[in-house]
Amino acid sequence: MKVGVVTFPGSLDDRDAARAVRECGGEAVSLWHGDADLKGVDAVILPGGFSYGDYLRCGAIARFAPVMDALVPAARGGLPVLGICNGFQVLTESHLLPGALIRNDHRKFNCVDTRLVVENASTAWTNEFEAGQEITIVLKNGEGGFVADDKTLDTLEGDGRVVFRYVTDAEGRNPNGSYRDIAGITNERGNVVGLMPHPEHCIEEGYGPSLDGRAFFTSLIKHTLESAATA
Amino acid sequence: MSDTAATATAATPETGIDTVANAAATPDLEQPWAELGLKVDEYANIREIVGRRPTIAELAMYSVMWSEHCSYKSSKVHFKLWGENTTDEMREKLLVGIGENAGVVDIGDGWAVTFKVESHNHPSYVEPYQGAATGVGGIVRDIMSMGARPIAVMDPLRFGNLHHPDTQRVLPGVIAGVGGYGNCLGLPNIGGEVVFDDCYQGNPLVNALCVGAMRVEDIHLAKASGVGNKVILFGAKTGGDGIGGVSVLASETFEAGGPAKRPAVQVGDPFAEKVLIECCLDLYAAGVVDGIQDLGGAGLSCATSELASNGDGGMHVELDRVPLRDATLEPHEILMSESQERMMAVVEPKHLDAFMAITDRWDVEATVVGEVTDGDHLVITWHGEVIVDVPPRSVAHEGPTYNRPLARPDYLDALNADSAATLERPESGDDIRAQLLTLIGSPNLCDKSWVTDQYDRYVLGNTALAQPDDAGVVRVDEETGRGVAVATDCNGRFAKLDPYAGAQLALAEAYRNVVTAGAAPLAVTDCLNFGSPEDPGVMWQFREAIRGIAEGCKTLGIPVTGGNVSFYNQTGDVAIHPTPVIGVLGVMEDVSKRSGSGFRTEDAHVYLLGTTRDELDGSEWAHVIHKHLGGLPPKVDLAAEQALGEALVRAAQAGVVEAAHDLSEGGLAIGLAEMAMRHGVGVIVDGLDRVGATGEGEPLDAFTALFSESAARVLVAVPAGHAAEFEQLLGDVPHVRIGVTGGRDVEVTDLFTVSVSELRSAHQFTMPAVFGG
Repeated sequence: MKVGVVTFPGSLDDRDAARAVRECGGEAVSLWHGDADLKGVDAVILPGGFSYGDYLRCGAIARFAPVMDALVPAARGGLPVLGICNGFQVLTESHLLPGALIRNDHRKFNCVDTRLVVENASTAWTNEFEAGQEITIVLKNGEGGFVADDKTLDTLEGDGRVVFRYVTDAEGRNPNGSYRDIAGITNERGNVVGLMPHPEHCIEEGYGPSLDGRAFFTSLIKHTLESAATA
Repeated sequence: MSDTAATATAATPETGIDTVANAAATPDLEQPWAELGLKVDEYANIREIVGRRPTIAELAMYSVMWSEHCSYKSSKVHFKLWGENTTDEMREKLLVGIGENAGVVDIGDGWAVTFKVESHNHPSYVEPYQGAATGVGGIVRDIMSMGARPIAVMDPLRFGNLHHPDTQRVLPGVIAGVGGYGNCLGLPNIGGEVVFDDCYQGNPLVNALCVGAMRVEDIHLAKASGVGNKVILFGAKTGGDGIGGVSVLASETFEAGGPAKRPAVQVGDPFAEKVLIECCLDLYAAGVVDGIQDLGGAGLSCATSELASNGDGGMHVELDRVPLRDATLEPHEILMSESQERMMAVVEPKHLDAFMAITDRWDVEATVVGEVTDGDHLVITWHGEVIVDVPPRSVAHEGPTYNRPLARPDYLDALNADSAATLERPESGDDIRAQLLTLIGSPNLCDKSWVTDQYDRYVLGNTALAQPDDAGVVRVDEETGRGVAVATDCNGRFAKLDPYAGAQLALAEAYRNVVTAGAAPLAVTDCLNFGSPEDPGVMWQFREAIRGIAEGCKTLGIPVTGGNVSFYNQTGDVAIHPTPVIGVLGVMEDVSKRSGSGFRTEDAHVYLLGTTRDELDGSEWAHVIHKHLGGLPPKVDLAAEQALGEALVRAAQAGVVEAAHDLSEGGLAIGLAEMAMRHGVGVIVDGLDRVGATGEGEPLDAFTALFSESAARVLVAVPAGHAAEFEQLLGDVPHVRIGVTGGRDVEVTDLFTVSVSELRSAHQFTMPAVFGG
């Protein structure tokens, strides 16, 4: 069970994602932005950070990295891919997922423990959750507002492709102004998932606010084993 | 100022550059030493050292390196107090001491930790975002240059009045700069301070601390040794930013038609620094670095002279090989530029290819700019002509030293006589309750998450504790959980009343914050923020503070490993409160066993440890309720601090501490409120009448028991069933069981009840009301 973790220049949570993979029973394989080589992994994580500094639109340059030349067709072919924060931004820039992430509506970087509702518990990365389950996951971003046109949003909701929603505060606000409180989405096949919160920071007792992130990685292992069994 | 322009052109006709030969031939040329911040005798000294008039490039180097910031010329006569107060026992854990980029301590299991705090005060006032951002960048490079991976940062910050219009300009910019740079570097920000006081209105303090970790054998030092070894400049290109940032040299020294006038504040690129971190760590791992130095204050002037001075030979640098962002920069400007995200390495020729392969992989520009020579001079050439030829030690380490006059300020007697004892104190439960709510929402005690939520505290996945808990705690060894706790503190009001005691109280509080987390204190760093050293009263404060810290550290048995002095924090004749910020670092065998600062479960016993006296002079209560500052600070009892610390570490290791919280500003009342608000678990205090009734304390009235700021005190919550074991572990430490956790209120029997939600409303309202949600 090999899970590739891509390091772009400016990736920050790559070692954290690799640790999460290991802690949850997988083998982490380091993938380099400059190599169009997925090294035969069973899944790929695009980690958080500021790829290439993100001085342009977040993820806009990472999209053109050689590793993405290998990753995009593999993802379209069903390879499980998880984009966390900057990774989610890279996935939207690569058009593997619809919509875009823009500057938080309050215009500040925001690091908080956030409550999420799991809406879709059938993707490669969420099958160990139950639909409707509430979880606590670290959120930390400056440009995490998910936006899309109404038609796209309706399609996402209609097709059950909204994977996570933020639990709103007393005034009905979510942490970054995301449309329809969307925190994470998936593609039509359910193999590519992107979300702004950071499950890799919620896997170890004593470090982070919960252990709710573990199910992302155990879901992947279950998915891969089941896929292998049916193949 | 046209003098410099005239000087710069008064050079060899062929190149327009002032060479050593030209300097020798024109000994009587007027030079702008005064404008560069040098004194007449300093200039004469330079002429004597080089045996002629200095070239403009040499003059530039000496002026920045002999600045107060780089040379510590007003402070270093007092540094012998560090050595005099460091015992052999304290040195045992010290792998690298004061004088290197940062001190290094042994934390066991083959791990070494380096940490240091520095100031970036003046740039942050001029340009808050970039000033604060590059403050973080600079301290991180100091840590990197020791061979360590940076693992955490924290920022002790001080601003003027919360409601002053200029605070609206300075604070949001500083916070965004700290966050913008640190977040993009991928370093968790795990603590620090946000303090408001009118004395900082024109002089905000932006101090930045970084912690790094490495294996003991991986320690690197800033020295250039080995004849023929290559000197490599790598990282960002050199531009015209930050020229003379460390000295009084200002933009008017640039001639018309030269580089556009730029502020003396540097501009940061955190992405470049992040790549530089990873690149350096790969270089260290490959074993291809012989010596390394970061480029910070005084830029290339500092890096070349310090590397050469610390080595055993000379150095030759071809300055024209330095990659430039602005081709019009002149040699002396290149030497003074403080462009960020640059490092200088000394590399053996056989490792050169491997070095370049690693920098290429990270797309980091690296250029061989010179080599180590068998001479004893630092020689810098510009297109083949010698423009600098100096003994490097004279630049880096043998700058002027001043034993400035010092005198206890005349105002102190009156200030010390003006005790808070005369202030009206509340008596009824309702009045005490109302003052508690006022205090919990006051600028220094209110919720700071508006600030700290702009910092990433989770990145790297090793954060076991962060703000608002007492100390930041991070794991170093992922196998065993071994890690460190760090806290910074200083109450400038106490230091104003008595700088010796105030500095010791800062040390004691940081020490206490580390032990409440369950860590054993190991080492100290300090950032000494003061007014003008030319004011004898300020110099006296400075001397008293250093003496306090040095003697305090000796009593506590933990060495000072390094730090920073920031003078001239004053507007006109009015200096800031003396603000010796102290950082203490402690070690834990398994940081997942640390104690947080909030009540977690119901029915836990709540103990007050330490002795409470009637000590309200300089308190937050006097400051907020009566706008009063006078009297004498609380009693310093370092033996009590140490006994308390040892007991807390024992108790934490025994697993009988559910939560522990240091008592400082606002005393017991604020401590109880903070512990209850942390996780929403309340407390019933039925033993207030026992506070002060034990030990040496007089029986105290309820108000004094609640708001006194006596030192050496901690609140501890102990799970039901562990009380006897806990009390036994305390030994002789004075303690009273004052209550039990539970409910959703802070209830003080027969006095008042306030709900956690009402406390939170008052606590959380303040900063968003000023700065927006």
